[in-house]
Amino acid sequence: MKRFEFLIEKGLLACALLSVATTVGIIVILAAETFAFLSEVPIAEFLFGTEWTPLFAMPRFGILPLVAGTTLVSLIAMIVALPLGLLSAIYLSEYADLRVRRVVKPVLEILAGVPTVVYGYFALLFVTPLLQQVIPGLAGQNALSPGIVMGIMILPLVSSLSEDAMRGVPRGLREGSYALGATRMQTSLRVVVPAAFSGITAAFILAMSRAVGETMIVAIAAGLQPRLTWNPTQQVETMTTYIVQVSQGDTPQGTLEYRTIFAVGMLLFLGTFGLNLVSAWLRERYREEYQ
Amino acid sequence: MAFQVVAMLGLLFALVSLGALIYDILSDGADRLSWDFIRGFPSRRAEQAGIWHALTGTIYVILVTAALAVPVGVAAAVYLEEYGGRSLVARLVEINITNLAAVPSIIYGLLGLGLFVRGMGLGRSVLAGGATLALLVLPVVILSTREALRAVPGSIREGSYALGATKLQTIWHQVLPMAMPGILTGLILALSRAIGETAPLITIGAVAFVTFAPDSLSAPFTVLPIQIYNWVSRPQPAFHANAAAGIIVLLILLLTMNAAAIWLRDRYQKKGAA
Repeated sequence: MKRFEFLIEKGLLACALLSVATTVGIIVILAAETFAFLSEVPIAEFLFGTEWTPLFAMPRFGILPLVAGTTLVSLIAMIVALPLGLLSAIYLSEYADLRVRRVVKPVLEILAGVPTVVYGYFALLFVTPLLQQVIPGLAGQNALSPGIVMGIMILPLVSSLSEDAMRGVPRGLREGSYALGATRMQTSLRVVVPAAFSGITAAFILAMSRAVGETMIVAIAAGLQPRLTWNPTQQVETMTTYIVQVSQGDTPQGTLEYRTIFAVGMLLFLGTFGLNLVSAWLRERYREEYQ
Repeated sequence: MAFQVVAMLGLLFALVSLGALIYDILSDGADRLSWDFIRGFPSRRAEQAGIWHALTGTIYVILVTAALAVPVGVAAAVYLEEYGGRSLVARLVEINITNLAAVPSIIYGLLGLGLFVRGMGLGRSVLAGGATLALLVLPVVILSTREALRAVPGSIREGSYALGATKLQTIWHQVLPMAMPGILTGLILALSRAIGETAPLITIGAVAFVTFAPDSLSAPFTVLPIQIYNWVSRPQPAFHANAAAGIIVLLILLLTMNAAAIWLRDRYQKKGAA
């Protein structure tokens, strides 16, 4: 009997360790193909080249246009999601009564649960035509519309994580502020938000990481033209879109083209991993502040 | 007072966006929705195309995902919550899971491509797709199961020990049954996330031109989101209507699952309060 319990415990441990194996698997597979890629393409050309044409007869492997596309769309998403997400968090944490929260929280959960391919449809066939009526020069595929829709997608994440951070602020701080004659708005903006600042920043950074890794919205609505531009009305290609684009064709294993998606994936992984670490560190720090 | 109105703007924007999205999809796709559409197969003519192959593909893949992710995820959570304690291994696994949960889904697609499709030679099969999604939802399953286990009061465990039960007996006969509604809620939400995933399955090479329903684990397949993506990407408006109709089916599927999860959660909360 003792022996049986011991075996079960080790079996459960093995399952827990499988998650570590997943991380190792991701790193090993990305690294192996990336090294093979870098043995043919100099790393300086990969990281600092300004032309990305790996599918042409004369291929160029400068990833900057893909990085620029990713950054541009993500920044637009953050411009939408940051203020609106923060405002809705302030409202939910400082103003809303239980009844409002009962209605609003499920709606936010639904928004967060909509598959990204649906948001892609929405961006391409609803938001883009709508914007074209206001911005005449807007291309059919562009950075602006998927950026806005991505902002809508990550708004619930920003809102709920920021709200958690603000709810963690001790009541005493608010009461002290009221006692000094501050209004609710002054208390929210000058006491609660600054007090929850590292938690809110952690939420922003996690949202940024989500935007950078988002795939289907940009694959549908942002286009397939790698372009080094800050103009949001034009087509751009993101790192994730490129991986989708190559995966749809039948690319034989071992070719340089096959390896490019792993090299791009490696950069994407490192970028989002870095953002996640910073976010986790900030959350940890915030937790310490009030314990 | 004025600021309260401003603060509501964020929520209003979210509500209006959701409303516009649902209205847009219903108005584009509702007419196209019919029994023939659900039972139909892909076609070059938009009016004759259907989603049966994609719907069965989705169900096959999700069954594989559930069969792999549920036992492993629950077992891992039981270990971390009931055995692990504050040991170094448990801490390491915990940090690792939090990080994994935030890795972009397309990276899991690259992992599946390198590991299952090429490495293990599974090809672009249902099994490879299900296994890829299983790795993707594993962190979600573990995190939500741990929450459910944590909600079981310690006194239940102590009572069981006092009656002479072993640790395993306590977990199997007391803790797991009590945490079951919470665990199920988490599992349903994790699987509904897997159903909506597109990018990792495209990356492992699931294609939209599969014209038949999968009949085995090694068959090539497509899933509903990929079929939708394929239709959205075409220039003809008739295919866009098909995409919208496909989205309606997908959303109904997800809403049903979410409603089941919420129902379970409410039942659980009431029981907990009593």
